[in-house]
Amino acid sequence: MKKTKSVLLSAPYLAWMVVFTLVPLGVVAYYALTDPATGVFTLGNLRNLGMYLPVLWNSIAYSLVSAFICLLLGYPVAYYIAHCRQTAQKFLYMLVMLPMCMSFLLRTLAWVGLLQDTGIINTMLAKIGLPRLRLIRTPAAVVLGMVYNYLPYMILPLYATLMKIDRRLIEAAEDLGCTPVQTFCKVVFPLSMPGILSGMTMVFVPAVSTFYISQKLGGTDTVLIGDVIERQFKQGNNPNLGAALSLVLMLLVFVCTGIMNRFGGGEEEVVV
Amino acid sequence: MKKFISALLVVCLAACLFTGCGKKEETTTIYVYNWGQYIAEGDDDSIDVIAEFEKKYPNIKVQYSTFDSNETMYAKLKNGGITVDVVFPSDYMIGRMRQEGMLLELNYDNIPNAKYVDDSYRGLAFDPEDKFSVPYTWGTVGIIYNSKYVDEADVTGWELLWNEKYAGKILMFDNSRDAFGIAQYLLGYSVNTTDSAELQACTDKLAQQKPVVQQYVMDQIFDAMENEEAYIAPYYAGDYLTMVEENPDLRFYRPEDQGFNIFVDGICIPTCAKEKEAAETFINFLLDPEICAQNLDYLGYSVPETEAKQYLDEELVANDIAYPSQEQLRNASSFDFLPEETSREMESLFMTVRNG
Repeated sequence: MKKTKSVLLSAPYLAWMVVFTLVPLGVVAYYALTDPATGVFTLGNLRNLGMYLPVLWNSIAYSLVSAFICLLLGYPVAYYIAHCRQTAQKFLYMLVMLPMCMSFLLRTLAWVGLLQDTGIINTMLAKIGLPRLRLIRTPAAVVLGMVYNYLPYMILPLYATLMKIDRRLIEAAEDLGCTPVQTFCKVVFPLSMPGILSGMTMVFVPAVSTFYISQKLGGTDTVLIGDVIERQFKQGNNPNLGAALSLVLMLLVFVCTGIMNRFGGGEEEVVV
Repeated sequence: MKKFISALLVVCLAACLFTGCGKKEETTTIYVYNWGQYIAEGDDDSIDVIAEFEKKYPNIKVQYSTFDSNETMYAKLKNGGITVDVVFPSDYMIGRMRQEGMLLELNYDNIPNAKYVDDSYRGLAFDPEDKFSVPYTWGTVGIIYNSKYVDEADVTGWELLWNEKYAGKILMFDNSRDAFGIAQYLLGYSVNTTDSAELQACTDKLAQQKPVVQQYVMDQIFDAMENEEAYIAPYYAGDYLTMVEENPDLRFYRPEDQGFNIFVDGICIPTCAKEKEAAETFINFLLDPEICAQNLDYLGYSVPETEAKQYLDEELVANDIAYPSQEQLRNASSFDFLPEETSREMESLFMTVRNG
């Protein structure tokens, strides 16, 4: 009886998943495995993927770097928020969320306005007599765009985990003679591992498939796999190759998150 | 009393609802899919073409959306799933879409204004019997550069776009046909070649250019050139005339000896159209010499109707950027439509340049 009830309750979501996730995935797989001209089954699309490996590798490197920078920036912020008074916590939490209320595209375009050669930063530098800097269309600009846009996705899960850590464990560690550094390394950090992992995943996954950030902030040489996929659909008129690339990217994301979770799972066991 | 008033309000609301429905049934909506910045929309005292049309034909509503290259538009229509009643492809793309059965035959009874179109823009190779298209504008491709930063001595031909002196300040076409066209003019090949070796040589040439290119762009070129973020870009003459109004330092140069592209952009009805007759009414409206002149006066592109020239700014008619002489056009060539394999090959080669 209870079981049928829970099935009924989850039915809308399950139906949603099937219609809007599983079926489209099937369509992607179908396109990836058929020939663009004739529509018959082929592995040709996948065979051509070798030439995109450097781009794929590039995308992974950019997203990993961004995820680590997000972690370095986000951890202290999340830690600070988690240790504030209740009202202050709510306010700071809202501040972290605030940029997400504005369109991601607009925020990236705002960076273009800041960084470009005739942009706000360079105009100001020129006004006070300093040489202009090459800011936009560099790998650093792409990483900046990723970090800026995805930082909240790192802070929020970290904050949630850090807040739930039992204060008594920290007090116990201190009572037993741990220095603050030891308390952090041996108690707080391992306990926040689930937050770190979900934060890393939530930054890495959208960053690895982005195309807008690299197109706006990157140069002609910072091509990411997302750009390549987008172009296959938009100009290249080769949705089949685009689908094959998406499929590979998806598998890769699964593998990466799998590795992260496994690595994280082990850590957690050690703690327990 | 209160109850009575609220009941009255409900009745009123319901009545409004029904009248609303009634009106909706009479109006038809046509979906117009055009290039970005390719119709006068009422800014800078220009005519608002769509508003004028809706005023004249109150029962037709226009839903307007834009694309940034022929290839993007083609991919979108080819993938299906959308309704477009009026579309504006260029010559070679009209040929390709016609060949692939993506266009509907026009009913000229609904487009009487087609008679104003000059003979020199009718019966062209991409649509020899004029069954599927009427011309909207024509124009040429050249190099736009900023005279403040670019040395006149360097402006010798298409090789300016490869000049390392201006590395990072050069923009390039983000569509395969225009980009390959430039490489073909530079290397002295035909722009309508189907030869794989020549296409490969063009690919190498374009790959060699990549390090000096700031961005591959289409519509963003307006901003970048007007704000001097970039100094050099190949683009369409008509758009140069729009840009120079914002930044008077911009200049236009056509490599007359190497050759350059002359194009005709047409108006067509694709097979996914639902309101063919309303679409033809819209096309007819655009071809009206007075509307055509006011629209293109703002766009800077050249009018294909002699009848329309009387309504144009005299300065524009005399301007050889918009209306080059036969002598200036001696080496101009138009893009014919290519066999499907060649189009695909060119697209995938361009992808390797962009992704490499």
